[in-house]
Amino acid sequence: MSAPPNPGVPILEVKGTDVFYGASQILFGIDLAVARGQTMALLGRNGAGKSTTFKAIAGIAPPRRGQVLLSGAAVSGKAPYLVARAGIGYVPEDRQVFPEHTVEDNLIVGAKAGPRGDRHWTAERIYEVFPLLAGMRHRMAGRLSGGEQQMLTIARTLMGNPDILLLDEPSEGLAPIIVRAIGDLIRTLRGMSVTILIAEQNMHFCLGVATHATVIDKGQVVYSAGIDELRGNDAILQRYLAV
Amino acid sequence: MNLDVLAGCVATASCFVTQVSTGLIVGMLLFLVASGLSLIFGVLGVVNFAHGVFYMLGAYFAFAAYEATGSFVLALLAGAAGAGLVGIVFERFFMSRVYGKDLLMQLLVCYAAILICDDLVKIVFGADYKLMGMPEAFATAPVEVLGGFIPGYYIFMVGMALGIGAVLWLGINRTRLGKIIRALAINPQMVGALGINTRLLYAGVFGMGCVLAGTAGALAAPVRTLTPGMGLSVLIESFIVTVIGGMGSIPGALVAAILIGLTRAFGAIGFPLFTDGLMFALMGLVLILRPSGLLGARTA
Repeated sequence: MSAPPNPGVPILEVKGTDVFYGASQILFGIDLAVARGQTMALLGRNGAGKSTTFKAIAGIAPPRRGQVLLSGAAVSGKAPYLVARAGIGYVPEDRQVFPEHTVEDNLIVGAKAGPRGDRHWTAERIYEVFPLLAGMRHRMAGRLSGGEQQMLTIARTLMGNPDILLLDEPSEGLAPIIVRAIGDLIRTLRGMSVTILIAEQNMHFCLGVATHATVIDKGQVVYSAGIDELRGNDAILQRYLAV
Repeated sequence: MNLDVLAGCVATASCFVTQVSTGLIVGMLLFLVASGLSLIFGVLGVVNFAHGVFYMLGAYFAFAAYEATGSFVLALLAGAAGAGLVGIVFERFFMSRVYGKDLLMQLLVCYAAILICDDLVKIVFGADYKLMGMPEAFATAPVEVLGGFIPGYYIFMVGMALGIGAVLWLGINRTRLGKIIRALAINPQMVGALGINTRLLYAGVFGMGCVLAGTAGALAAPVRTLTPGMGLSVLIESFIVTVIGGMGSIPGALVAAILIGLTRAFGAIGFPLFTDGLMFALMGLVLILRPSGLLGARTA
């Protein structure tokens, strides 16, 4: 990734964001900041508002109040495709590969220049980082296993050269050994200074991959700290993450 | 029924060749119109009941351009581009407002478009029949094949239609844009999340479908009489072609269009009063044996 402008400014900032679905309020003044190179975990129980926070950032559930800033510039209120072009790489839950496209064609559909015209991620580069996909490039994506499809969706979004990767529940519904492989992959990306925001219910998975954590409950941020601090904070772990 | 006449024609090389060539050009026009219909349905999920309008507009735009310039190339381009532009305007301002709405709403919008466009054509060009005439380049002696005569223009039409079909198929299956369009048909929200302007793409695909109908109209102009409302019968036959070939399948549309063209050409000899009935019978048969069409996805 090429360095975004304004190195002091967080890559992603969510400020006082309220989101409603119809008449019911889902998010209450969410504040969140992800600095360059961080892997931020967004933790919380099922229904806490993690996916909605992601949808608010990606422009799919536009906030009624508050702002989403990317390197200091507002992206809230823009159409989802413009948010993506601004540099937010949103990987939704449920592994939405294009099932009747080959692995390579999935990557081709996702290919675009980054917000500053950079094209660091090419199909060849993806195959180096995701060697598993290299051997399946001509296979239909619908025939891949759940874990392989999860890797493909991450790879496909990386092809758009985003400034930040948003991963919604990447471990959901996968066997433990596959979850470990996804974890290794995220650590590899972290080592390449890819900035990542990852929403998870699986706290153990997050403790292993994230550098920072934000905990939300009932649509509000209740805790935010470095990952080691969270690991030592039994009160938070017990109260909000039920381990 | 005139089965003796039909048997006589099939047994005579010259009659057979003439009817096959007639069937082929009917089929090729239907193929172009139906592949546009199929493209729009496959990607946008709406049935463009106004599709026949774009066939008619293509014919009239070509007629007007030919009258003005005398160039058949310009006439073809005017028919294709004119129908495409009207299609994009229709999609942006009217059709896009009824996506995902009740089918009756879509039907109503399309029916309004048919009535308005037919009347506009009447106002601009008059209600009487128009003849464009054969372009000079094709005013040559017909080609003789096995004692039957095939006009040079028929050969040109078949070549054009097959060429357009091949480019369309390659475009959808081999180019990046085609891959994006196929992805759009399956998961538009995901395509948008990858940074692609889906609304623009919808308008483009709708316009492309109308370009195909307009091209068919322009190609038909030298060999058909032009009349306001000429799109309706083509629309109905295109529906039959799409159902027989399988919605969304371009090779399917080609096979079905040729079948319908030949059914019409030979039906006109053997069953002159029941040609339309034959087409529907063929459709019924396919629906019973293969409900998703000859080349449609089996799991539809």
